[in-house]
Amino acid sequence: MKHTLICLVENKPGVLNRVVSMFRRRNFNMDSLTVGRTHNPDISRITIVMEGEAGDGKKVVMTLYKLIDVIEVQDVTNIPTINRDLALVKVRTPDAYARNAVTDLCYERGAHLVDIGPEVTIVELAGAEESVESFVDALHQFEIVEMVRTGRVSMGRGIRTMEQRDYKSTRFPTYTPSMNGGSAEHDDE
Amino acid sequence: MKLSGAEIVWECLLREGVDLVFGYPGGAILPIYDALTRYPQIRHVLPRHEQGGTHMAEGYARATGKVGVMLATSGPGATNLVTGLANAMMDSSPLVAITGQVPLPAIGTDAFQETDVTGCTLPVTKHSYLVTRTEDIAYSIREAFYIARTGRPGPVLVDIPKDVQNRVIEFHYPEGELRLPGYNVPGKAHPKEIEAALDLIHSAKRPLILAGHGVLMSGAMEEIRNFAEITQTPVALTLLGKGSFPENHPLCVGMMGMHGTAAANQAIQQADLLLAFGMRFDDRVTGNLKTYSPDSKKIHVEIDPSEINKNVKVDVGICGDLKMVVRQLLPKLQTGQHQEWIGQIRDWEEDTSERDILLQLAAHPDGKLWAAQVIAELFRCTEGKALTVSDVGQHQMLEAQYYPHTRPHSLLTSGGLGTMGFGMPAAIGAKLGRPEEEVWAIVGDGGFQMTLTELGTAMQENVGIHIAIINNSYLGMVRQWQEFFYEERYQSTPLKNPDFVKLAEAYDIPARRVSTKEEIEEAVAWARSIDGPTLIEFVVVQNDIVYPMVPAGADLHAMIRRPKPSESPDFENNPTAI
Repeated sequence: MKHTLICLVENKPGVLNRVVSMFRRRNFNMDSLTVGRTHNPDISRITIVMEGEAGDGKKVVMTLYKLIDVIEVQDVTNIPTINRDLALVKVRTPDAYARNAVTDLCYERGAHLVDIGPEVTIVELAGAEESVESFVDALHQFEIVEMVRTGRVSMGRGIRTMEQRDYKSTRFPTYTPSMNGGSAEHDDE
Repeated sequence: MKLSGAEIVWECLLREGVDLVFGYPGGAILPIYDALTRYPQIRHVLPRHEQGGTHMAEGYARATGKVGVMLATSGPGATNLVTGLANAMMDSSPLVAITGQVPLPAIGTDAFQETDVTGCTLPVTKHSYLVTRTEDIAYSIREAFYIARTGRPGPVLVDIPKDVQNRVIEFHYPEGELRLPGYNVPGKAHPKEIEAALDLIHSAKRPLILAGHGVLMSGAMEEIRNFAEITQTPVALTLLGKGSFPENHPLCVGMMGMHGTAAANQAIQQADLLLAFGMRFDDRVTGNLKTYSPDSKKIHVEIDPSEINKNVKVDVGICGDLKMVVRQLLPKLQTGQHQEWIGQIRDWEEDTSERDILLQLAAHPDGKLWAAQVIAELFRCTEGKALTVSDVGQHQMLEAQYYPHTRPHSLLTSGGLGTMGFGMPAAIGAKLGRPEEEVWAIVGDGGFQMTLTELGTAMQENVGIHIAIINNSYLGMVRQWQEFFYEERYQSTPLKNPDFVKLAEAYDIPARRVSTKEEIEEAVAWARSIDGPTLIEFVVVQNDIVYPMVPAGADLHAMIRRPKPSESPDFENNPTAI
């Protein structure tokens, strides 16, 4: 079965590597992974979809908690969530007939035409994975030149939120934007 | 106070209470070494190889309960740490490794002696830091020590580029609480968990405690003993749990697992309640998981939540500090009586002692020296009071079987990773940490040669360890597997060894060779009379087998056992060729 996990981590270099590396070495199979900043610039949010047996979700949650930079993990597989996946698809539209057909299809499915050129058209659809899936199927009547998908992002319905503790990156309070600031006393070797 | 990054490293180590570090200098860590000249209160021990240094730091840490510190330079220096860090990770030993790194502008350019060390060590450390600003050194080291010693302890690596070490800044030691929002140290259990555990404890007829390394690390020895005595629950030990419960206690059934006592394994299989305290159901103690202790309810108290339900599904899983959790249980325990169950275990123990090689040899001496005899004699001659450090292999299992430990932290060995070469350097670290102890490094001829360069360290620092090489000129444990499972094809297991006595003498270490049982007592007395390192080579029988043995992945009760004298038709002629 597929598990969906949401993970809040410290927004620091190398953290994503730690998370992904844990999946590799514990032999868990990742389906998709999306990462982005949250409204708190010190925290990143990761959504992971993984294939595994029923008990694996809990195992992964516990193992993720072993990582020092992981603040909060939730297995949202069995709770009501809004799931979204975004696809950008570039299709060949060499004539007015094809362009009109794509435009009609987009209108039907609630997708957007985001770029129309003489040869190709780029369309965008954000939605639940099934509707993205079926939209892409429908697009196969044209020639698909290129396609990209973000993978799933999830958010609990209603008041359900990731427990975000009062967290500010005050651990290194002397932080200055310049990482290599200051001059070395002697730069030998 | 204006200090360089290198000086800040030492300031921070001093504040962590460090007075002894192990380390090997090199280009990228030279500023830290130069700064050490201004910190004479810290003793530095130079191993001959960085791997040996990490084992020393681990031996030191496990003998003292403090955090062991190892320094190394970038590139090869740092990659040589990997085995030692992996060992510390598997056995949950608190280590902080500080490595030099090429200067920041050179990182990622394949500079001389550059390795992505935080990357290389990612899976074998509890956490790691690549420090990119001098201002962050103090925070990183403080966090490293905190993370290394709390929760489930483990190794933490701090990688510091050379220019970050050189830069001089205004230094204030960061006081106050650390902010680690993603790191929680488990403590007490929830009262409901305690209630659930008590229900199972009080309804059990055949309970058994499985005591692991966690008992020692949380310091719960008294609590476990009280628990066992109040409820009259027998105690089986993991290899690393040895010392957590006195082995001469009537409730102790000895070590469990692949080479554990038959009584312990039979008790596990027949128990109706397992109390797993600070252990992690490693495959070497469970055998086949499908048939593991089939009729028992299971309570698992463990500080690492990812271990609960990882290998063995349990009925009550409590994530917490063992000492605190058992303290919550103790006042609510009803006294128990399990005479029938304990009687059953006694019968199994009796059956075991009939098969014991020492008894068989006593009845039918063959004039040869057997490894088990060496260990048993060492036990007798040291009155069981030594701190022993074993390596990995047959001698390690025989040490576990024939050197009963009654004191906590009196056996150090490489359990989870099974690192050949761990023993002798770890013994050096242990002796440096607890100089008042009589420390015996019990090693095989194979493992010893993996890190024998550290004889140089023992000589230079005059570390008074006693090295007992159990020499059968074979990689004995591998040989045993070949005998049992590969139709006696002894591929690449015979060893042509150097003259270990001459070798020790080359290092100015007094050494002797012993090849009969009668010589052991005098040789041990001789070693104990010497102030400084000594080495004794025990030349033992080659085709020895450690019994009992649960083949890898087999059912725990399906042990290969040494036949009883009555079962062995050929016994009169050839008592030990079994």
